[in-house]
Amino acid sequence: MSLFGQTVICGILLGGMYALIAIGMTLIMGVMKIINLAHGALVMVGMYITYVCYKSWGLDPYIGMLIAMPALFLIGCLIQRYMINRLVEVDSILPENQVLLTVGIMLVLTELARLIFKSDYRSVTTGYSSSTFFVGDMSISIPMTVGFFIAMAFTYLLHLFLTRTDLGRSIRATAQDRNAAVYMGVNASRVTVITFGIGSALAAAGGSLLLPLFYLWPDIGHLFTAKAFIITILGGMGSTMGAIFGGLTLGIAESLGATYISMGYKDVVGLVIFLLVLLFLPGGFKSLTKR
Amino acid sequence: MSFFEVKNIVKNFGGLTAVNNVSFTVEEGEIFGLIGPNGSGKTTIFNLINRFYPLTSGEIYFQGQRIDGLPTHKICELGIGRTFQVVKPLRRMTVLENVMAGAFLHTGSIVRARAKALEVLDFCALAHRKDVEAKSLTIADRKRLEIARALATEPKLLLLDETAAGLNPKEQEEAIAIIQKIRAAGITIIIVEHVMKVIMGISNRILAINFGREIARGTPREIANHPEVIKAYLGDAYA
Amino acid sequence: MTAKSWLTPTIIAVVALVLPFLLRDPYPQHILIMILIWATLGTAWNLLGGYAGQVSFGHAAFFGLGAYSAGLLFLHLKISTWWGMLLGPFVATAVAVPIGLICFRLRGPYFALATLALGEIFRLVFTNWVKFTHGAQGILILSTFPTKLPYYYIALAIWGLAMFTLNRLINSKLGYYFVSIREDQDAAESLGIPTTRYKMYALLPSAFLAGLTGAFYMNYIAFIDPHVVFSLGDISVMVILVVMMGGVANPWGAPVGAAIYIALNEIFRAWLGSANVLAFGILVCLVILFLPNGVMGELGQIRRTAFRQKPAAAGGGQK
Repeated sequence: MSLFGQTVICGILLGGMYALIAIGMTLIMGVMKIINLAHGALVMVGMYITYVCYKSWGLDPYIGMLIAMPALFLIGCLIQRYMINRLVEVDSILPENQVLLTVGIMLVLTELARLIFKSDYRSVTTGYSSSTFFVGDMSISIPMTVGFFIAMAFTYLLHLFLTRTDLGRSIRATAQDRNAAVYMGVNASRVTVITFGIGSALAAAGGSLLLPLFYLWPDIGHLFTAKAFIITILGGMGSTMGAIFGGLTLGIAESLGATYISMGYKDVVGLVIFLLVLLFLPGGFKSLTKR
Repeated sequence: MSFFEVKNIVKNFGGLTAVNNVSFTVEEGEIFGLIGPNGSGKTTIFNLINRFYPLTSGEIYFQGQRIDGLPTHKICELGIGRTFQVVKPLRRMTVLENVMAGAFLHTGSIVRARAKALEVLDFCALAHRKDVEAKSLTIADRKRLEIARALATEPKLLLLDETAAGLNPKEQEEAIAIIQKIRAAGITIIIVEHVMKVIMGISNRILAINFGREIARGTPREIANHPEVIKAYLGDAYA
Repeated sequence: MTAKSWLTPTIIAVVALVLPFLLRDPYPQHILIMILIWATLGTAWNLLGGYAGQVSFGHAAFFGLGAYSAGLLFLHLKISTWWGMLLGPFVATAVAVPIGLICFRLRGPYFALATLALGEIFRLVFTNWVKFTHGAQGILILSTFPTKLPYYYIALAIWGLAMFTLNRLINSKLGYYFVSIREDQDAAESLGIPTTRYKMYALLPSAFLAGLTGAFYMNYIAFIDPHVVFSLGDISVMVILVVMMGGVANPWGAPVGAAIYIALNEIFRAWLGSANVLAFGILVCLVILFLPNGVMGELGQIRRTAFRQKPAAAGGGQK
């Protein structure tokens, strides 16, 4: 019984951190309506920055995160401003050009990381990396718990930003109806740049929180892109609450899958859920709450 | 058995009832007009006939056959064509290719489809633009292309959705002329329109709706003087 | 048929037939074969994605099924993998039917994601079902031919079949219907086009050709494993990039894109060593930003820039 409880709690804690990454993606998707296949690569870049802070200056990942986030914010803004925004006016046969541009960006980021850091697995072991505390019979990882609460804190801050500030409202307006927002005086171009920046910064935050728990190597980006997608679809594109729900669901499903099925097939669980949601509940969790 | 009949149709979107118990019949060869203020449900009715949305309840009959459960392409096959209020040109195809896409409904041969398409383009006075890519057309030509394309499917009943909107007076005259040519060719028409000059001038009978519900029906003259219609468009003060 | 319209294909055919004799070395011959493989796979994808507008992110599923049909014949029944060239395409096509019925209910990005998920599910299943497929160990066979020449001509024949199929389909009623569906599915339905059925008409030949290519791959490379033949990044996404760079919805888009991809990759690898993928990534970004419809799609624009002609003024003015 305690194995089950422990598995579920582990799933929830991981899920919260996955959710932070997915929130970045769902924000970008909601505002710009693009599928960002480079999202995981942005997480990876954030993780490497935090890693370098740790290795070079001995900074704890939770501090390194505060450097990675602004760095990724800047990178995200630049990517949106000079690359993705250029495609908006272009009339191409297939609308998927934007997605493929993100693939190109993903390749560039991943290969740059590989050039600098090689494909070696790296890890960050801090004093508390393997510390646990006990709730009854269940052993709970400390870095997971701390990461979860920081992720929730960021989510709450984002919520405040989106609902209480002018810029946040402009972002939500652009997501709902870009043309209407423009007529109301919103600079849509600027909004998309900032949104991509914020999405990237959140990706970096999620990555940094997960750094003590995962091995780091350039291709880890793909893993996070996949997870972020599953969560975004589960929760409904553009929905922050949905991303949290989706993150927790994925975290728990993965955790149960790993414990009770096998490591190999656990990813199949996520993919099958993903497909089922796409087919039968395309609006995700968000559409359920509207009924 | 009437040519086309809509019986007690209702459409709910979540909590909103867009079409509320509307019924009407259309006789073969007539032009039947549908008017109402913005948001009254006119285009929704077309979308229901065409099965873009399923009915919440009610029945639709065409030439005695019940069609409300059939898929959109089957409804076209049976002889109901439509144009869209916000035109949907096949942008990267030429005008000729657009119309051929309609003409292929009744043939598998490129040669025959092209011949049919050229015929229809002549009918709609659009032949001079046949090799222009649809995305480069003016709005008036796009609207005409919508009609030509639908005509190429050899419809018996044609649903025209705001074909005169956004056109200047001369273009409106041309649109009216084409619609009358279509009627003369034996095709029945249901037309949704805002431009009163167009719809009052050519319709045999009109149904006025507001908030998804019928408010008046009759000949154009009866409708023009009907207090409910005046109230709907101009407000209580004028009723 | 005018004399002119036969000239180019004939020249190309002659050059293609003679080329391997001009390049005696097995290495350039290998490059040519890889270009042909990617040109065929790209053409298969282009039919569904470029012409019918259904952008599949999971085409590796069909490629891998073709490859494994051949490989498993050998593994379990000790039959030559060449029989896989018959079985592979049919397996891929058969599987395409339920995949299409499931995924064609979705549009645009949702369709793309569903095909991506399906491709990955295939990869994971073939990787983990070790008893049946040998999992990550893969399948290894002995090469049938000692030289590359026979492989080249078989690849050429397969590519020819793909180009012929594409040509016949797009110059028929189906071609018009495919493009109509791509341009506006709702308008197409309203014109009486049964869109799901016609999307299937695009998917089935696409899957067939992809499966055929996969089976050939098994025979040529003589080793496959799920990580390679069901790969999302190296096959599914790469085939999209290849066709995009060459030009979607253009019959020469896939061959041109394949030539660019393979040839440039080799050049990058020779000059830059392991930074070749980085160079490729940068190339992809540049092509998408500056040649949004690929080389074939932007041919007019390229000619104008190369010869420094001014674009034709709309009113023909002489300022």
